[in-house]
Amino acid sequence: MSTVIKVENVSKLYRLGEVGTGSLAHDVNRWWHKIRGKEDPYLKIGQVNDRTKSISNSPTETLSTSTSAQEMDYMWALKDISFEVKQGEVLGIIGRNGAGKSTLLKILSRVTKQTTGRIKVKGRIASLLEVGTGFHPELTGRDNIFLNGAILGMRKTEIAAKFDEIVEFSGCARYIDTPVKRYSSGMYVRLAFAVAAHLESEILILDEILAVGDAEFQKKCLGKMKSVAGEGRTVLFVSHNMAAVRQLCERLLLVVNGQVKSTGDVDSTLLAYLSQEVATNQQWIRPLGSSPSAGEFSSISVELLGIQPEHELLLTCILKLETTNSVMIAFDVSDSNGTVLMQALPYSEPFIAGLGNHRVEVRIALPPLIPRAYEISAWMGTHNTETTDYIERCVRFEVIQSPNAKRSFPHTADHGWIAPRTLSCKITKP
Amino acid sequence: MSFSQSNKVKQSLDMESDKGWSMIMEPETPWWDLHLQDIWHYRDLLWMFVRRDFVAVYKQTVLGPLWFFIQPLITTVVFTLVFTGIAKIPTDGLPPMLFYLAGTTPWNYFANCFTKTSNTFVANAGIFGKVYFPRLVIPLSVVISNLIQFSIQFLLFIGFWTYYMAAGAKLSPNWPMIFTLTPPLLLLLALLGLGTGIVVSSLTTKYRDFTFLVAFGVQLAMYATPVIYPISQVPEKYRWLIQLNPMTAPIETFRAIFLGGEIPWLALGISTGTATIILLLGILIFNKVEQSFMDTV
Repeated sequence: MSTVIKVENVSKLYRLGEVGTGSLAHDVNRWWHKIRGKEDPYLKIGQVNDRTKSISNSPTETLSTSTSAQEMDYMWALKDISFEVKQGEVLGIIGRNGAGKSTLLKILSRVTKQTTGRIKVKGRIASLLEVGTGFHPELTGRDNIFLNGAILGMRKTEIAAKFDEIVEFSGCARYIDTPVKRYSSGMYVRLAFAVAAHLESEILILDEILAVGDAEFQKKCLGKMKSVAGEGRTVLFVSHNMAAVRQLCERLLLVVNGQVKSTGDVDSTLLAYLSQEVATNQQWIRPLGSSPSAGEFSSISVELLGIQPEHELLLTCILKLETTNSVMIAFDVSDSNGTVLMQALPYSEPFIAGLGNHRVEVRIALPPLIPRAYEISAWMGTHNTETTDYIERCVRFEVIQSPNAKRSFPHTADHGWIAPRTLSCKITKP
Repeated sequence: MSFSQSNKVKQSLDMESDKGWSMIMEPETPWWDLHLQDIWHYRDLLWMFVRRDFVAVYKQTVLGPLWFFIQPLITTVVFTLVFTGIAKIPTDGLPPMLFYLAGTTPWNYFANCFTKTSNTFVANAGIFGKVYFPRLVIPLSVVISNLIQFSIQFLLFIGFWTYYMAAGAKLSPNWPMIFTLTPPLLLLLALLGLGTGIVVSSLTTKYRDFTFLVAFGVQLAMYATPVIYPISQVPEKYRWLIQLNPMTAPIETFRAIFLGGEIPWLALGISTGTATIILLLGILIFNKVEQSFMDTV
């Protein structure tokens, strides 16, 4: 399999803030450096692109020094990205919002240029960064098919030859001679995708187009993308829909703050991506200043151990008792909507006694669960009906691995969260 | 394999793989690399844009393309009333309505080309940000769709011209020159409009001040060109200022070949030279801006 895309040390520097009179001074400065043969002074001071970090300064301090002001302004949206894509591969690109995925796709689509680095490509690239690019509301669906197709790089004869197919795929045959401004948003998106789906390029780049459209449309899209990939065309696909990514892609690229953090098989990269999200929620600590009571949880943490289908949950909590009564604890496992799935009750009698702090570690055997996020609520009480403390949905854990390794279609909650193991299956003659 | 041998193999593999690629994207391409074959490849798109500009504008109107006639007609009538009737500016002995039509028709072509082209990057930032096609396609489509508009207004002019000829007005059209010079004149107007428009649109991506400048600049430029007055009316000592304007020669020539008068050959030659230089400069700047404008527009 030959390599069709080779990205070598690509970086992209962006200037934040408004482009105004300040930039004229910067432009002159940059030009002055250029004619003296020196390199761009602003390339050295770009920062890592972390969108959560604000420009922090105390109210009394001002950004008076020009260097610190300059440092704040320039960000590396992409820094030293290198990867290769082989022919016929479906590469999924995942990452949080603002990680740099769309910037990477824009550079590959030649919409903007990289600051440093080279990209080598074999074959034509067709990119769908937005559905319905160039649609003019006053023109009919028919005219817009030709316009959109031409914008995406098709020749007029090509479009004319595929016209009937495109109309049929979109399902808008009745409306084809009506101005597009009269279409519903769903029809608009279907028509736009229908044109793009019939592009004859060797490489296809798709940027989060599944975000729009109803379930039927999404199914059609995925089906078409699968058949496209089957024909030997290379697809680069950005999405936040983990189920779609898992269904379509053989390989994933994880982008974090403009850098490639991992590239490898689907399961391990998804794990790396989700572990970014979950880390903060695996532990809960009681905020200071709460009123004391008979007993309370001071901190709770959860860890998922083992592999499917024999996952274990390790819950560690520190609790403080202000009463001489004994208490018992229980943990509810619920899905992210709050529906309780099961309750883990270590002992049905109070078993923790004594004033002061206690550390309790509970290990629970989990049944095979479908991959998604789950939340834990912790309960403490002296009796079934007497609650001493109840912390609702305080920590969460993610099940990434599928209970059945060979299962290729995505698990959804439509069929329940527990995937029971088949203990035996016998076939006999009737 | 020894180290040097394996190195040589690696080098030859690298060189081979460099050859196999259909496209290599570098961070900086030289100014003069115009990649015109790209534009040829997208010629269907060029035609689509022309069609879109023409068709979409008059959708849902009753009069439709008739509006192309009404605008110059009413403007000419107003000019006649104001500049001949009230201000009493002489028109070198030629019938006023015809004089103004002969001036405004080519001027409108230039003005439309310039105004619409100068807004290319800003007006189309949406589509430019989502898909790649040679950016020069849009200014070219503007020039061509304005040509269609010009033809309609030209027909109006010919209509009046024929009427005045039939009515026996004192006109001395230069018949051979009409047929030989009209297409090159149009080309010159297109080049001027395209060139100046491209230069302004490249600058506008970063410094929006130019948008304001274009709006009233074109208005004022019409008064600095002998559109509504013949150049003979300008006092001798200031005539050279008007002659500096590259639009003066084409307008004067257009009037001369249809209505009679001297063709300013020297000025025409200088004007063509100026237009070519502006266009080349414009294309180079446009090419440079095209690579990075999406970050600042």
